[in-house]
Amino acid sequence: MNHGPLIFLGAFLTFASAWLGLVFFPNQQLKDLQPQAVEGSAMVNPRPYTARELAGRDVYVAEGCSYCHTQQVRGGEYNADLQRGWGPRRSDPQDYVHDNPVLLGTMRTGPDLVNVGARFTGEAGTRWHYLHLFNPQRVSPGSTMAPFRFLFETRKVVGEPAADALRFPADWTAADGAPEAGHEVVPTDRARALVAYLAALDRTYEIAKK
Amino acid sequence: MSTPVLEHPRESDRLDPAAFADAAASERDVAPLRAAIDRSCRGPVLWFFGSAVTWLIIGTVFALLASIKLHTPTFLGSAAWLTFGRVRPAHLDVVAFGWSAMAGLGCLIWLMCRLCRVPLRYPGVLVAAAVLWNVGVASGVTAVLAGYSTGVEWVEFPTWCAFILFIGFALVGLWGMMTFAGRRAGHVYVSQWYLFAVIFWFPWVYASVQILVLVSPVKGVTQESIHWWFGHNVLGVFFTPIGLATIYYLIPKVIGRPIHSYYLSILGFWSLALFYNWAGAHHLVSGPIPAWLVTVSAVCSMMMFIPVTTTAINHHMTMRGHFGVLRYSPTLRFVVFGAMTYTVVSFQGSLMSIRILNEPFHFTHHTIAHAHLGLYGFYTMVMFGAMYYIVPRLTGREWASSKLIRTHFWATAIGITAMFLLLSVGGMIQGFEMNHAARPLGELVKEKGLLDGTGEFFKGFKMKNGAVPFLAIVRDTIPWLWIRSGTGVLMFVGHVAFAVLMLLNLTGRGPKRQGPTLFSKDTDGYQRAFGSEESPAHTH
Repeated sequence: MNHGPLIFLGAFLTFASAWLGLVFFPNQQLKDLQPQAVEGSAMVNPRPYTARELAGRDVYVAEGCSYCHTQQVRGGEYNADLQRGWGPRRSDPQDYVHDNPVLLGTMRTGPDLVNVGARFTGEAGTRWHYLHLFNPQRVSPGSTMAPFRFLFETRKVVGEPAADALRFPADWTAADGAPEAGHEVVPTDRARALVAYLAALDRTYEIAKK
Repeated sequence: MSTPVLEHPRESDRLDPAAFADAAASERDVAPLRAAIDRSCRGPVLWFFGSAVTWLIIGTVFALLASIKLHTPTFLGSAAWLTFGRVRPAHLDVVAFGWSAMAGLGCLIWLMCRLCRVPLRYPGVLVAAAVLWNVGVASGVTAVLAGYSTGVEWVEFPTWCAFILFIGFALVGLWGMMTFAGRRAGHVYVSQWYLFAVIFWFPWVYASVQILVLVSPVKGVTQESIHWWFGHNVLGVFFTPIGLATIYYLIPKVIGRPIHSYYLSILGFWSLALFYNWAGAHHLVSGPIPAWLVTVSAVCSMMMFIPVTTTAINHHMTMRGHFGVLRYSPTLRFVVFGAMTYTVVSFQGSLMSIRILNEPFHFTHHTIAHAHLGLYGFYTMVMFGAMYYIVPRLTGREWASSKLIRTHFWATAIGITAMFLLLSVGGMIQGFEMNHAARPLGELVKEKGLLDGTGEFFKGFKMKNGAVPFLAIVRDTIPWLWIRSGTGVLMFVGHVAFAVLMLLNLTGRGPKRQGPTLFSKDTDGYQRAFGSEESPAHTH
């Protein structure tokens, strides 16, 4: 007996069932998810990314940050994500409605980043990120993060120093990358965009009860 | 040898790839056909195999770079194109789509011709597919190193590169269907079911992830469900079926005995088809996706015990009484190593999908060790075994040096075993330290107002309530990462030995075929290992 068509049908049906289960039904459940409105204002949570933040997201993707950093807080009894201060609550599907592609990540060679913008804030946070990207080993002793010195430019100071030139602590030497006298280290546009994106990673808002 | 009791006389034919009752006559009839089939396969299959081994060397170099950078981040640290975040996906994509895919497609082509019992037709189509595949992988990897990755793991190639791969795959698939349609009448062997599954399923998963995650993305975290449905199915419906098809063909071929049970093969195939596809969300346990999705994937991951045990029984019972041949045959040694590893890694994977077992190991090197055990310990070792069998039949030349084969086997077998065991330990340390908190969650909820929505997120919080500060976890993992680099060097040595053997064979330096190049020169022992009966297949 020729089993060919039967095998084909069986293979189709088993496979189609999984497509329904892992592709179609999840999409049906989640496709209408919207950011939630903030009472008394025009804002929504999570707020959409600005153009600069999106450019920074592209840098995050290009440099493969996801291969060491997750962007999901697990919550629950059997892990310490919340105790580590990675977020006030576990991550929710709503947190990712603006993300293309979604970057949940699969490895924690480094800490989770979904709320890094709530841990490093304002100008102090930005400056910390610049120094850390420039020389992670010097900022976090023992860190195995890749150095991203190529996101920065060392150049002669012409006139006034640049506003966002890196401010090196006094004990950094030339070996650490501190520039010689009369020179400054400035972030490239890619570095600025990346840090803007990191500052936008804040999903600490409360999920409204539905 | 135990034969299942079967009524119908032709049932016994189904178990034997040669499918003939009279051994001596069968060898006379079928040997010229076999030789003609092998000759016809030479061009296309060697295109795929030669390309695959080249990508293996390149992929291993990327692997070593990535491994070193994990413990010594300043190594070649100023080159943007070699930053860990680029070289790591370059490694993955080269060993997956360069080495693994092309080795597998080469096997698929040869197995299809042998099992359809027809010489290869339209070789040009297949050579075009190999060229396209090489172009797709080369351009994709270049794009990733240049900073144009899509950011989706396993799908990093820009879509236009993926499209080139897709066309190449479609050509092989169409060729496969045409060859099958033109086959000599007869039973369809279990290997062919698996190969057809690959031909139909893989394009579907690849197209789905490209369209629904990259080209016209669905909203939000559903992308990750589709993403990991694809990511797991690269193993489930591409590499695993080709690996199993190869094992099902080569074990009987080398030892000269049919597979133990046709019915177990059927059960194994269909239970794999049903359950493997559903397992993808086990990559997202405790993630921000619907709980039912994770549960259903965990259940189906556990159900995988059925096809894996079935296959293990089938292979073991076939091998029983013939383990002595492992002393001699490189093909069998690599293939059986791979088959046994398939069982181990699948059991481990099933267990890891249970939430409570997943929590400590998720996001750690333990997962990486598991992935390597599957793609390398199982699939790559089976592919090595297959090439040791197939290439001499295509070139007419045996392998130049049994010493180099021994080097290849021991370097890679010890390498992957050590890598898996030791990196798993490193990952467990990493995971337990990461998950251990200084204070229970309940206390923190009361004090800080976490989870109940009333407290403000406490910004100075980090590391005070994790028992082990994050940088201490990094420090404790580093020795294990150094050891992993060492095992990687060992595996690289094995790959170089293999590449040298391939090069020698393809350029005509090797003894013309009299019989297989064996591990040992003890040919009497080799004969004895097959038992007292002559059988057709053992003449190789």
